[in-house]
This record gives sequence, C-alpha cells and structure tokens, in this order.
Amino acid sequence: MEILRYTDAHKDFRARLRDFMDREVVPHIGQWETDHQVSRDVWRKMGREGFLCTALPDTYGGLGGDFRYAVIVIEEISRTNHGGLAAPLHSDIVVPYISSYGDEAQKDKYLPGCASGDIVTAVAMTEPGAGSDLSSMTTTAEDDGRQVVLNGAKTFISNGVLCDLVIVAAKDPAEPNPHQAISLYLVEDGTPGFKKGNQLDKMGLHSQDTAELFFTDCRIPQENRLGDKGMGFLMLMDKLQQERLVCAVMGVAAAEFMLDWTMTYCKATTHGGRPLSRSQAVQFELVEMTTEVKLGRTFVDKLVVDHVEGCNIIIDTSMAKYWCTELGSRVAGRCLDLVGESGSPETCPLVRALRDARVMSIFAGTNEIMKGIAAKFMGL
Amino acid sequence: MTELTRSQKQIQKAAVDFARGEFDKDQALAWESVGEFPHGIYQKAADLGFIGVHFPEELSGGGMGMLEACLICEAFCRKDASIGMALAMAASGAEGLLRYGAVESKETYLPRIAEGAIRCGFGFFEAQSGGKLAAIETVAAKKDDHWIINGAKSHVWNGGAAGVYVILCRTDPQAPAEKGMGLFVLEADRKGLAIRDLGRKLGGNMVATADLGLTNVCVPAGNLLGKEGRGMNQAETIIEQTGILIAAQCLGTAAGAFDRALAYVKEREQFQRKLAVFEVTRQKVADMAMRVEQARLMTYAAARRCDAGRGLDHLGTMARLTAGRAAVDVADEAIQLFGGYGYMKESEVERFYRDAKVADLSLGGTIRLKNKIARRVIGKIK
Repeated sequence: MEILRYTDAHKDFRARLRDFMDREVVPHIGQWETDHQVSRDVWRKMGREGFLCTALPDTYGGLGGDFRYAVIVIEEISRTNHGGLAAPLHSDIVVPYISSYGDEAQKDKYLPGCASGDIVTAVAMTEPGAGSDLSSMTTTAEDDGRQVVLNGAKTFISNGVLCDLVIVAAKDPAEPNPHQAISLYLVEDGTPGFKKGNQLDKMGLHSQDTAELFFTDCRIPQENRLGDKGMGFLMLMDKLQQERLVCAVMGVAAAEFMLDWTMTYCKATTHGGRPLSRSQAVQFELVEMTTEVKLGRTFVDKLVVDHVEGCNIIIDTSMAKYWCTELGSRVAGRCLDLVGESGSPETCPLVRALRDARVMSIFAGTNEIMKGIAAKFMGL
Repeated sequence: MTELTRSQKQIQKAAVDFARGEFDKDQALAWESVGEFPHGIYQKAADLGFIGVHFPEELSGGGMGMLEACLICEAFCRKDASIGMALAMAASGAEGLLRYGAVESKETYLPRIAEGAIRCGFGFFEAQSGGKLAAIETVAAKKDDHWIINGAKSHVWNGGAAGVYVILCRTDPQAPAEKGMGLFVLEADRKGLAIRDLGRKLGGNMVATADLGLTNVCVPAGNLLGKEGRGMNQAETIIEQTGILIAAQCLGTAAGAFDRALAYVKEREQFQRKLAVFEVTRQKVADMAMRVEQARLMTYAAARRCDAGRGLDHLGTMARLTAGRAAVDVADEAIQLFGGYGYMKESEVERFYRDAKVADLSLGGTIRLKNKIARRVIGKIK
C-alpha cells in the first residue's frame, strides 16, 4: 500500500515537470556547473509553467497545492543529479515566510513575482561566527524612527548571487535577550548598502550560487519588517520543520538516484565476462543499500502525510533530516566503491552526486543540531 | 617495535620541514582546481632525495627502505593530501623495475625517476577485466627479438605524463593466467601508444590519469621484466608493495584532516563554548585519533615486514584497506566538525576527503582487495 497517495492532478504535475526537466534543465547542467549558477531564464520558465511556489493561492499565481507538490519538485530535480536550481529553497523554505508572516501589502508586492520566477529569493541567517548557534548572530537592525538600518555580514547564502529579495535575520542591539532580539527583514537587491560577495568555492553544488552578503548602513523602510518585532527567532524555528523535511526528502531522492544508476551499472558491466551484479559481495551491498533507501523512503513518506495533515512532527523531522541526509552520503560512498576506480572521473554521475550530497548533513541545521533537538523534545 | 630509529626520525623531520617550507595552501587550491602537477616542488623533492628513497644508492636512490618511503609520504600528505599524492604516485610502478628489472633497465630508468627527470606509471587493469588480473586481454606476442603489444589499459596514474610504464600482458593466451603473463617496460615515446586523458576526477587531481591504447607497440626483448609467464604474480606483488605506499598516503591524509579538525574545534565557539568542550565532539575526536593510529600501526608494520625481506604477504593490502577507510572516514568527520566551512574548498578538508576517496578506490577497490586477503588467509579448501 502506498503511504503517500498522489491524485491524478499530482501525477499530471509530475509528468509535466519531468518533461520540463528533460527539456529545460538537463541540457544546461554542464554549463551551469561551470558558471557556478543556473540561468535566470530557467527560473522564469519554471515560474511561467507553474512549477514555483505551488503552495501559494492562485490569487498570487500559485497552485494552491499541498506539500505533495513540493515533494514532487524536489524529487524531479533530484533525478537530474544537480543541485543548482534551488526551487525548493525558494518555493518551500523562503517564500512561506512571506506568505505566513507578511502583511497584505508585502504579499501583494512580492508573491506574484516569486511565483512567476521574476523574483528569486534567499534567506540570510548564518553568519561567519553564528552557524549552529543562530542566537549568537551579530547583524544589527536599528530602528531610527523612520527607517531600519542593517549592519553585518551573512555567509553560505544559497541563491546569494541571483537573489532579488533576501529575508535577513538581524538583531535589535537594544534588546539583551538574544532570542527576543531577532527580527526578519525584506531586503531588495539594489538597496544601497547591500552588497553581494563573490561566489564561494565549494566541494559540490557547483551550479548553485552560494555567496556572502554584506550590509553596511543598509537602510530599508520600516514596512519591510516581516511579522512582529522580536519574533524572528520563533518564526525561524516554526518554519524549520518544513525546511528539514525538504532536506530529508532530498536525501532519500538523491540516494534513490545513485542506487538506481549503480544497479544498472552493476548489471551492465562485466569483469572477466561476468556481470558485477553476479558477485555475491556486490549483491549484498546492493541489497543492503536498497533496504536502507526503502526505510528512508517509508519514513519520509509517512512524515509528508503527517505534515500535509498539519501534525507537529518536530522530533521525527529532526530524526529524518539527520538520517536521510546521512543516507545520501553513505549510499554515494558505497555505490562508488562498487564502481571502483573507473568511478572516479567526473564523467561518472556518482561523483557529482557524492559531492552534492555531502552538504545535506550540514545545511538547514547540522545533523548534530538535529540530534540535539530530538533529544530535547524527547525529554532527555 | 613501533619506535623509529634515529635516522628514520631524521628523515621524517626532514620531510615535515620540507613540506612546511615548500607546500603552500593557496597554490595547492589553484593547482588542484586546474589539475596541475606540482612540477617545481617535485623537482626540489627529487633534488633533496625524497623521491626513490627506497631505491639503492647506486641508482641515485636513498638506499633506505619502505618504512622511510612511508614516513616521507605520510609527512607530505599530512601537510597537503593532493601535493603529497602527486609526489608519492610519481614513481608508481617503479617497484616493478626495482624488483624485476634487469640491471640494464634499472640503470636506465630508476636514476632518472629518482632524480625527477621522468615519472612512472603502471598499467595492469583493463576496462573489461576490472580488478581481475586473470581476465586481462592485452597481448604481447614475441617476434624475433621484439615483443608486439596490443590491447588497452585503464585508469593509469601518470598516464600521459610518465616517461615509462610497467604493463601487464598475456604472453601465452593459451596458458593459465598465472603461467601465461609477463610484465613489460614501455617507454612513453613508443609508436602505437595512445593516451586518453580521463579529465577531472573526484580527487587526486594533481595526478593525470589516462586510459592507454596499445596498437602494435613494439618493444625490445629486454623490456620483459623478470620471468616470462610469471607476470601476474609479479603484478600482484607490485600491487601489494604499492598498497603500502598508498596506505602511507592515506595515513598522512587522515592525519592531516585530523590536525585541521582538531585545531578548528579548539578554536571555534558556538553556544559560548569551544566546540572541543562538547562531549559529542570529544567522542568524535577520540574516534578519529584511534583511526589515525590504527592506520599508522598497520602501515608501519607492513612497511617493516616488506623491509625485512621476508617476501610480501597480505599485510600491505590490510594496511591499504585500513588506512584507506580511515582517511575517508576521518576526513568526512572533519568536514562535519567544520560545518559549513568544511564544505568550502578554503577549509582544505573537503579536498582531503576527495583525495582520500580516490586513493581508497585504487588497486582494484575494496571488494577485490578483501578477496585477495581472503585467498591468502583461507588458502586451499579440501
């Protein structure tokens, strides 16, 4: 029995998206990996064809769809074996801040562009000195009565180069309690005092533009604050459940891609006239990995159902984020072991898959943070 | 038994000092990103006697043993995995010349390798054989006083960059594999040798890797190494000995990743505490330290046994597997401890991880190497 059931509308959406990926994404991945970013064009095409911000109501140009549409987007992008087109980050992680906490004016101003692909978004939380410990951030937001003045630096920001709109977490220096000092602000590209740094050179996700962002006396109107003042930390915590579920789905989908490729490889490749898949050791490796991937799939599908139903699944989501992202890296390493030395050139899809998968255990809260959250909510 | 002699400590210190003085992080990042071999450092290392330290002195070597070669390799890779690998692999396959070469071929090639004039590579495996040496199809046919070689070799380190290769061929396609193969010296300028560079790899990018095509390549009879017919066993011995050097590379890579992670957790603060204060960090650090030490003990033991001249057994393969897996796991954990920085090339540990993984795929990979150990351990079954 399928745990996660898709309607015909979902299935049709998946088929159209897969076709889109084959036409508009796959042929360009090599170039994007070299350019260290995807094209702006593909964002607009994604938007025009209705693949961005599926959860937004159609008044803003969305589908008004449930989280299953988001899952489909994650899975179909994973099948292309590249991590540059960060549509899930935009649609299911950043934009929900605006749709949940924005006032009508903010929503009217930004959401249609987010859905159409004309506005690419990013969220800036992490700082050079504040990674896992978000509350130690030092970027300041000072309200001078007319405007808000931002000062500070953010790092490892995905979509950091292409973004047109960034949600920035910053602290009111007058508020001593770090958890009550953080607010979220909408900063548009081109605002004086907001500067994008260079592309960061990473192990993987080469087609993903990751950058530092700098704010130097960056003045924004007061109405660009998102939600209530001082509620930033709570808003971030609230939205992280979905972000972590997105990561868990990515981990499983990446593992499925790698295992599928390796299975085909081991059946098709003969050494000394015998297919690799006839080796008992290879068979057991493949069976073990398939078992683990199925466990991961069952887990995330169940959590997607719970999430669609609006359940609080913070413990399970933390567990799934850690286990499924590690699954991705573990399967990458084991698959490569089966292919052997001929798997080491970049022409082998497993190489990019491995490099891209490794960051999943780190971003959106490291796996150590995940275990800490689970322990806390388990009453340990 | 694990203590180093005074001269071994001196060699080790010299290698550490050389790496500290000559290897530069920014330079390494730049070379790695374009896949460039560290020519200048290599020449200096050769001039100072770090290349071919285990070759006899009369062949421009250091007259020392595998342990000394391992100490150098470890020190280099610890400072920089990619540069260390490039220097260590520069003489890959030279063991074949050293063990099985006639005086003449030794004198022709080994001094030039030790002096840094040429690099060496070995081609044993083929695309269709994978790690099964018995299944190779490249043939060397004797014709008058020459051998005519036809076939292809896959994934040859220094392919296209080496001055000389050691190639495993069938000399008698009708004979069983263990009696019908020979090892040959193949000069890079021989007609009929085609190089297909494999391009950028997951790691080890300062070392070129290529597939070799061999079409009617003609070599003189004297290019046969050792005994005709014994090639497969000789190749296994070379793999065993090369495995010890790769173990040393992996040991250095593991130790280097560990050094960096250790320094980072003692310096980085989150939640108002150094990372090194958190209990889980300390557990990870303990695990990493154990893995590095296990790799070191196995590698030194294998090198010592090799130097004792009692013939090679599976200890080299065990060291290669232990150190290879240690390097992958320790570097992986180092990335995790660094967090987001670990994923940045700037941190170096991601590069150590990639280099470790590629080293761990070498010599036919894990399953092949375990099968080799099992063959020795189990022996014949009645």
